[in-house]
Parts: sequence; structure tokens; C-alpha cells
Amino acid sequence: MAELFQFELVSPERQLLSEQVAEVVVPGAEGEFGVLKDHSLFMSSIAPGILKVRNEGDSWTEYFVRGGFADVSADGLTVLAEQAVPVSEISREQLDLAIKNAEEDAADAKDDMTRQKADRTLRRLKDVAEALKQV
Amino acid sequence: MPSLKDLRNRIASVKATQKITKAMQMVAAAKLRRAQEAAEAARPYAERMGAVLTNLAEAFEGRDDAPKLMSGTGSDQVHLLVVATAERGLCGGFNTNIAKLAREKARSLIADGKTVKIICVGKKGFDALKRELGQHVIKTIDLRSVKNVGFVNADEIGKEVLSMFADGEFDVCTLFYSTFRSVIAQEPTAKQLIPASFETDETEDRSGAQPVYEYEPDEAEILEDLLPRNISVQIFRALLENAASEQGARMSAMDNATRNAGDMIDKLTINYNRRRQAQITTELIEIISGAEAL
Repeated sequence: MAELFQFELVSPERQLLSEQVAEVVVPGAEGEFGVLKDHSLFMSSIAPGILKVRNEGDSWTEYFVRGGFADVSADGLTVLAEQAVPVSEISREQLDLAIKNAEEDAADAKDDMTRQKADRTLRRLKDVAEALKQV
Repeated sequence: MPSLKDLRNRIASVKATQKITKAMQMVAAAKLRRAQEAAEAARPYAERMGAVLTNLAEAFEGRDDAPKLMSGTGSDQVHLLVVATAERGLCGGFNTNIAKLAREKARSLIADGKTVKIICVGKKGFDALKRELGQHVIKTIDLRSVKNVGFVNADEIGKEVLSMFADGEFDVCTLFYSTFRSVIAQEPTAKQLIPASFETDETEDRSGAQPVYEYEPDEAEILEDLLPRNISVQIFRALLENAASEQGARMSAMDNATRNAGDMIDKLTINYNRRRQAQITTELIEIISGAEAL
């Protein structure tokens, strides 16, 4: 039986997860790192990628996270991510479609503002696609 | 003197107004609940961010290599005021109060010979400021098409501010919004975004040995990465507070309006009844005196 610790996944809009977990694998800016109970104090910014959570029953849940940082304190692990979505909610087809749409938007954009916006969306989507490929 | 018919029309019109204000009050109440929930859901993120930044900032206190976003540009000649207000009126003193606070600040800055630039988020703030400070407004951001404020909206404003800062277009940035205290109390607030100011929690026990954190990448880089993010988070938080305050202000304003309309209807009805009675009496007197004359 693995020892559990408190894990919180927070996005600016809401708290996605707050529970006792056995292990979390975080896509850090300088490489993935795993966190178990009683990890030493550690702080790292995160790269766009897949965050894996192992709960009490040894099953893994995966989240796509982008932009933010992870904070390992004495109380547990907190991940603050600008964007966080459960992988199960993303489907390949939808993603491909969204990328295509964004590419068209970027090509069609008339002024700088809309182009920048479309580019930003596109980059975001591509990050997601990239991360999913590694799974 | 209004005729009986005028009075009747008047009463009908006030009644219609009362129905509208009542409906608006109920809509505002429903929206307020949602806005409050959104504001509460966003709190953990902002709080964590604040705590982490405070920790990091302490390490950099007084150091020369501290990022510009924290230490400032070294001058305070050009001030940027970001004024966040609502897109709609009919919410009591909400927009006026924020605009007033911003205007006072702008006035005192101008009196001190500083340059003032203003970004208006929300149409009503611009409306309130344009007469006196119109030439200082460099940009208005319209959120009318946005139904629920998301982090994306705040992030866009944040990026805008940051790119201006990177271009050296201002030295100090202050954000104006309204803090939600309760349904009847909203407090216009000015918060300095750049250079970042941190409130240190005095109650926290800092006498013990501070735990040693390991950073990856190093502290400077993390701070460099977090400060711009913090700007967006602060703006996001302000927008959410604003949304809740706006609905709260509208709710109490519409509650007042409904009550006033009720008072007015009562007064008009008494007036109407009195006039009707008087008219009947006059008619009777006319008939009786006519009969007596025969």
C-alpha cells in the first residue's frame, strides 16, 4: 500500500482536483519528475505536457497542463496551471478539426489583432497535439 | 392640475416601470450568485500565486538583478491607469465610484507634472472619463460580447500591458476596480500592478528557520516567468470581483427603484382617489343646487 499525500491541481478558473494521491508525475520545464510522499521542498515551472496522477487504487489519470508551476511543500503538491484538461475529454478528431480551423483563421485574418489571436490559439492546440503524441 | 385621465395614465406607467425594475433585480440576483461562485472558484489560484511570489520576492529584496516588473524602471514619470468598469449602466454608483477614484488619482498625478495614460476596460468607464481625461485614454477594451469573463480575456489585457511595459511606454501601472464586500457594499480599489507590490502576512510566524526550497530552473528564472503571469491573474481577479460587484450594485439599485416606484404609486393613487371624490362632490352640489333653484 502506497503512502498518500495531498495533491491539488488548480487553474485560474477553478480548482480541478484536491485529493489524496499516491504518486504524481509532472512535466517540469527541465524534464519530468515524479512526486511521492515526503518529497523534499521543490519548485519548478512546467512545460506543456501530460501530468499523470496515480491514486490509491493504483490507477492512473492523465491531464494535459500548460503554463504554470508546481510547488512541493510540506503539506503536499500544488500544481498551478494556466490550462488544465483531463485527457479523456480531448478527442483526436476534435483536436485535428480545431487545429485545421485555427490554421484557416490565421490565414484569413485581416488585421494584426485577429492574426495574433489565431496564432496563439493554434500554438496552444499544437502543444496539446504534441503532448498527446507522446502518450 | 392633471385630469383624472392623466393621473390614471401616470399610475399605469409607474406600474410598468416597477415591473421592469423588479425583473432586473431578480436577474441581477441570479447573476450575482454565479459571479460570486466564479470569484470564489478563482480564489485558490490567486492565493497560491501570491504566497509563492511573496516567498520568492523576499529572496530578491534589495538585489540589483531583481526583474524590472518587481523593482520598477527606476523612475515614476509615466503612469498607466487601467480602469475596469462595467459595460452597462443602471447599477447605482458602481461605475461612477470607480471612475471617481481613477479621476482623482489622475488629477493628482497631472498636478504633480506626471504623464498619465489610461486604458479603459468596459464602456461605462470610458463614458465617465472621456470628458475630462479623454485625451489621456490610449485604448478602450470592449468586453460586451463576452458573456462570462474567462482567464483568456484577462490574459489578453495582461499581455497588452506587458508589451507596453516592455516597450518602455510607462513606469508605473495601477489597476482600478471594485472589491466585492457584500451585496450592499462595494469598494472602489486601486491596486498597483507594476512594480509589483506584495503584502507580507504579518501574522505568519517567521521566526523559525525557513525551509530551504530547491528551484528548477533557478529562482531568477521562475520569478521571471511568474511575474508576467501574476499580472494576468491579478487582472482576472479584478474582473471577477468587478462582475460580482456590478451585479450586487445593480441588485440593490433596482431594489431601491422598485421601492420608490411603490411609494410613488401609493401617492398617486391617493391623489387620484381624492380628485375623483372631489369631482363627484362637485357634480352632486351642481345637481342639488340646480334642483333647488327650480
